[in-house]
Amino acid sequence: MLKTDTGIARTKIAIKDLNFYYGKFKALKDINLEIPERRVTAFIGPSGCGKSTLLRVLNRMFELYPEQRAEGQILLDGEDLLNSKEDVALLRAKVGMVFQKPTPFPMSIFDNVAFGVKLFENLDTSDLEERVEWALRKSALWVEVKDKLHQSGSSLSGGQQQRLCIARGIAIKPEVLLLDEPCSALDPISTAKVEELIVELKTDYTVVIVTHNMQQAARCSDYTAYMYLGDLIEFGETEQMFFKPKRKETEDYITGRFG
Amino acid sequence: MPDKHLSTQFDSELTSVSSQVMEMGGLVESQILRAIHALSHFDVEAADEVAIKEARVNAMEIEIDRDLSSIIARRQPTARDLRLLIAISKTTANLERVGDEAAKIARMVRSIIDSGAPRSLPTLELRYAGDLASGLLNKALDAFARLDVNAALSIMKEDDQIDKEFDSFVRILITYMMEDPRTISASLDLLFLAKAIERIGDHSKNIAEFIIYIVKGEDVRHSSMAKVEQAIQ
Repeated sequence: MLKTDTGIARTKIAIKDLNFYYGKFKALKDINLEIPERRVTAFIGPSGCGKSTLLRVLNRMFELYPEQRAEGQILLDGEDLLNSKEDVALLRAKVGMVFQKPTPFPMSIFDNVAFGVKLFENLDTSDLEERVEWALRKSALWVEVKDKLHQSGSSLSGGQQQRLCIARGIAIKPEVLLLDEPCSALDPISTAKVEELIVELKTDYTVVIVTHNMQQAARCSDYTAYMYLGDLIEFGETEQMFFKPKRKETEDYITGRFG
Repeated sequence: MPDKHLSTQFDSELTSVSSQVMEMGGLVESQILRAIHALSHFDVEAADEVAIKEARVNAMEIEIDRDLSSIIARRQPTARDLRLLIAISKTTANLERVGDEAAKIARMVRSIIDSGAPRSLPTLELRYAGDLASGLLNKALDAFARLDVNAALSIMKEDDQIDKEFDSFVRILITYMMEDPRTISASLDLLFLAKAIERIGDHSKNIAEFIIYIVKGEDVRHSSMAKVEQAIQ
């Protein structure tokens, strides 16, 4: 029998009574959710359900925009990151994000990966090189780029660029990785490679992935949250959700009866 | 399925495969009835009809499985749809075996007739059990069409009755054989017939178990009646 979960996981991020506003519009309504540590949790739901909004609250991306506002608590290992006085940059070192469109910096492959590390840590040259190699190996990119580390990041293919962004994200050794539709812009083979990677990453990181591709959520996540119009409808083990969901709304969505 | 999919294609594929299952069920039912008739009236023609139609039953099993594979490959069904398709696959296998049992009965009847067996053998009890079994299959197919879990539960209980009929029939046969050893050969034929009928009841019970699987998502195979009753709450 295929088992995706290896025992009970403790909660890495506890979202409590979260409400989120774009100006006057309430995009997230009373979200209460516990994201398990070192597992892959997927957020699924139709367009406009709030899944990307929720993801971006987790590393306070919304603070870049004045009209966006969050109320409630987000406890990372028990500490409320929403209401914390800590530098948000430090938060984003702990909670990394990879976006839908690969966004390599306009610099070499090596510098792309080293960038964040240089910002937050004081490593000497050989340690830095070791870290870059480690991150590229972890992202299943090392073999393909080891002989061209000083070529531009944009010289890589789409799938490779996305893996570069993942390498960049994990180089600073975050605790949580947020992936916002990481494979939407990729072909099936690159997608498969990234999905393989996601499953491996969970041995070290807590991964949260937003995807509009249900089969992807079914393939690579341990837990799935189904959202609709700003509400969390159901949250549970992926195996359970796709075999026998608890809510009719969930079943309607995943079986394509959604009208 | 009351609710429509966004994909009308998917809907029509599911409807089509469900209809095929019902058609196969109807065919298999008529096979049993014909085989029991052959037994009750020592009707050679009826026995031969069953033997000929057996090929069609087998062909339907293959056609339905092929359509199921196609749907699963292309649609990646989940939840209720997935359970329905798995249940259809199992139901088809059970129906094919019922078809086998009907053909077996027909062959045995042929063999009894050809060997000129005494008509005083207790075929009446067998006919009663046969009617019970074919009635149970009819109920199972009807319950499957309506996805009725309560009907499924009562079908599972009725199969117990058929099993008891089988046991008492065996006891009757034993007394016959003890009284007159010349009836042993024909009695053994009847014993195998009775076993075939008893198996038909079992297959109907299996189909009922899958109705509960579709509706409730619980696999109640090899479970006690108490567990089954709990599952349909």
